[in-house]
Amino acid sequence: MSLLQVKQVNLIFHSKRLFKGKDQPKVLKDISFDIQEGTCLGLIGTSGAGKSTLGRVILGIQRPDQGQVLFQGHDIYKADKHTRQQIRRDLQVVFQDSYSSVNPRMTAESIISEPLENYEKLTIEEQRRNVIELLERVGLSEKDLKKYPHQFSGGQLQRINIARAIALKPRLIVLDESVSSLDMVTQSLILQLLSDLKDDYGLAYLFITHDIKAAFSISDQIGMLEKGELLELYDSKDEFFASKHPVVKRLRDSVLSEHPRFRTIRTWENRV
Amino acid sequence: MIAKLQYQLKSQKVIVISSFILLGLFMVTLFAPWLAPNDPIAVNLAHKLQPPSLDYPLGTDHLGRCTLSRILYGARISLGFAMLIFISALSIGLIIGIIAGYKGGWVDQLLMRFGDGLMAIPSLLFVIGFVGIWGAGLKQVILGLILVQWVYYARVIRGMVLSLKEQNYIMAAKISGSSTWTIMKKHIIPNVIPSLAVMGTLEMGWAIMNLSSMSFLGLGVQPPTPEWGAMILEGKSYIRTNPALMLYPGLMIMIVVVTFNLLGEALSERYGVKRR
Amino acid sequence: MESKERFILNVRDLHVEVKTKEGSFKLVEDINFGIKKGEILGLVGESGSGKTVTSMSILQLHDRKNIQMTGSITLHDRELNGLKNKEMRKIRGKDIAFIMQNPMNAFTPVFTIGHQFIETIQAHTPLNKKDARELAVDVMKSVNLPEPEKLLKYYPFQLSGGMLQRVMIAMAACLKPSVIIADEPTTALDLHSQLLVLRLLEKIRLEHGTSILLISHDLGVISEMADHVIVMKHGKIVETANVLELFDNPQHEYTKKLLRTRPTLYSEKQPYTYTL
Repeated sequence: MSLLQVKQVNLIFHSKRLFKGKDQPKVLKDISFDIQEGTCLGLIGTSGAGKSTLGRVILGIQRPDQGQVLFQGHDIYKADKHTRQQIRRDLQVVFQDSYSSVNPRMTAESIISEPLENYEKLTIEEQRRNVIELLERVGLSEKDLKKYPHQFSGGQLQRINIARAIALKPRLIVLDESVSSLDMVTQSLILQLLSDLKDDYGLAYLFITHDIKAAFSISDQIGMLEKGELLELYDSKDEFFASKHPVVKRLRDSVLSEHPRFRTIRTWENRV
Repeated sequence: MIAKLQYQLKSQKVIVISSFILLGLFMVTLFAPWLAPNDPIAVNLAHKLQPPSLDYPLGTDHLGRCTLSRILYGARISLGFAMLIFISALSIGLIIGIIAGYKGGWVDQLLMRFGDGLMAIPSLLFVIGFVGIWGAGLKQVILGLILVQWVYYARVIRGMVLSLKEQNYIMAAKISGSSTWTIMKKHIIPNVIPSLAVMGTLEMGWAIMNLSSMSFLGLGVQPPTPEWGAMILEGKSYIRTNPALMLYPGLMIMIVVVTFNLLGEALSERYGVKRR
Repeated sequence: MESKERFILNVRDLHVEVKTKEGSFKLVEDINFGIKKGEILGLVGESGSGKTVTSMSILQLHDRKNIQMTGSITLHDRELNGLKNKEMRKIRGKDIAFIMQNPMNAFTPVFTIGHQFIETIQAHTPLNKKDARELAVDVMKSVNLPEPEKLLKYYPFQLSGGMLQRVMIAMAACLKPSVIIADEPTTALDLHSQLLVLRLLEKIRLEHGTSILLISHDLGVISEMADHVIVMKHGKIVETANVLELFDNPQHEYTKKLLRTRPTLYSEKQPYTYTL
């Protein structure tokens, strides 16, 4: 059985106005896919394609109008309280904006221990030891326990967010543009960390991004989302490159060269 | 940068000085029985309308009561009840604001429209109307003022909760399995309190002012209890012969209100808190 | 030294320090580079490496009270460092255009794009409103922006980030500046918009011979656009090289790390991509 099954999810844009227009745009149209244990599905799409909304649907924050989201076989929107608690434990998230993802008034220790307090009845020493372990696992150290968010860089804060997400040893983490606002070096370090964690804990990821390069670097499967529709799913880079879909083609053509010899915008004939 | 620093130092000075004044006033309130030279309500017609003397440092009123003692005891009533109004209105506002902001939907609509309705009536008029229905007296005035006041807190708090609610860390806390109560306790209330303290300081001046106004109109504190507004009312008849009877309580109200406002302004500038 | 004459923009021995209560900190030091006519100089580095400080120095946008800047910055052999604000204002926008990462911040939300476009043109040219509008439309047409007349009537928030950035570049281009400083111009945009923006920059460079200082942490952008590249780290230049040299044969450890750690798509198809 798949870890996560999304079955024909539809979501309509709900206007908050009293008098609604006749045709309400669909934010998500008939989306179906599965994620297996320990694998990563990368979802690529431009801004406004409905990526983040889909993430919210899977996290159980945004109820879809039609369709089901099954996590470990349970419909997350119909589960009883006990099952929902269990799902919460196994399903975590890391957002794009690392700064707004942490309460500015809390120390790193209290940020990371929040999920532990909710689920594990640990003594203070056990909890601290746990938090230190988590900090070290994500490349920080005991020294950082008492620091506040403003004392960290964006990359370090994202590590703290990751530590909080893995604190309960979840099965699936939704990465909502988690590396998009970081610079190249930090980004690749975080991607490396995520990929290590995936191997060590057998984590599954739903990696939502607009950055194809980042998506391919850790995903086992790639999905292309455009205007609320899941166009195609690819099992490999080659399949993605072979796709004839015009949206994929346009995206592929927009990828910048990785070496100046292959540049396309500023060709070598145009040099001054 | 330097201008900003000077500005900060200046606002710091205001904070320190006004805090000192207020602290002094609170001490007076606490130790009024020991500081006052005479019984504030003891009538002694033989000594009425006396100029300042050793026995009566600020003179006596038309019933021969010691003005200084009455002002000292009056501070108890004015500051004490203003505090009571502040705390009660804040608590109601905090609870309703958080519920409205966090729950949203029809609960929010209902509570906020009710609040709008209350706000539409000028506050003094509302209290006068309230007293008109339930009869004059300190209890009614205080209740009326609390009823007017909570709306402001509730609105500010609701606004803050609404913006906090959208923060990713609240979302992350929910996803980490935190209960609504934990989220309130850990993430929402600590972020709301500093602004409330600032706002409360500003509102304290307002409460004292209104309490005294009501007493001046004869609707609040009833004689012979000493209260600044009531004292001005009593001194009114002697404005030509003994203006001091109105002057002292009037000055006290002014000092307290101005100090609270200065402190509130300085705090809100320093901590970048918006008012209302 | 003879090559110095050919540099449009020339930066020599630039040091920037910030003074704080705890002493002064070096923001950047020993910055030396020059850009020739029609050349694109790529500036690479992670956040906090001093890229933006450098561009702010060229535009003389530092707060002179607490930031100390030494060294020489010349534009057409005219010294900019120490120039009066009034003089500098004439140069900014006219001779050196600046394109920032978030185009939303570059426009005031309350005026139409046309209003701001025309205002900018009029600030630097003697044109009247009608001519300025014509120039705006001409430039927008020349850079293939769809329906310029209509675009000018829009408010900034009605356009996408990518479109707004292209308008911003058109605006910068219509005054025919000799240098454009583009600070992470495509970082906030999606892939397709990025392509369009970069094409637009190249078109302007080709037609007007504009020199461009292109700041980016994205090696893809650098690889597409730059002639020469400067790599910055902790406020210092660690490597300066021709773009082909840099990608084929990076010298500094840090550059090697940058090239090695970036996520790639084409590593099999592009044999020249530097691998460990």
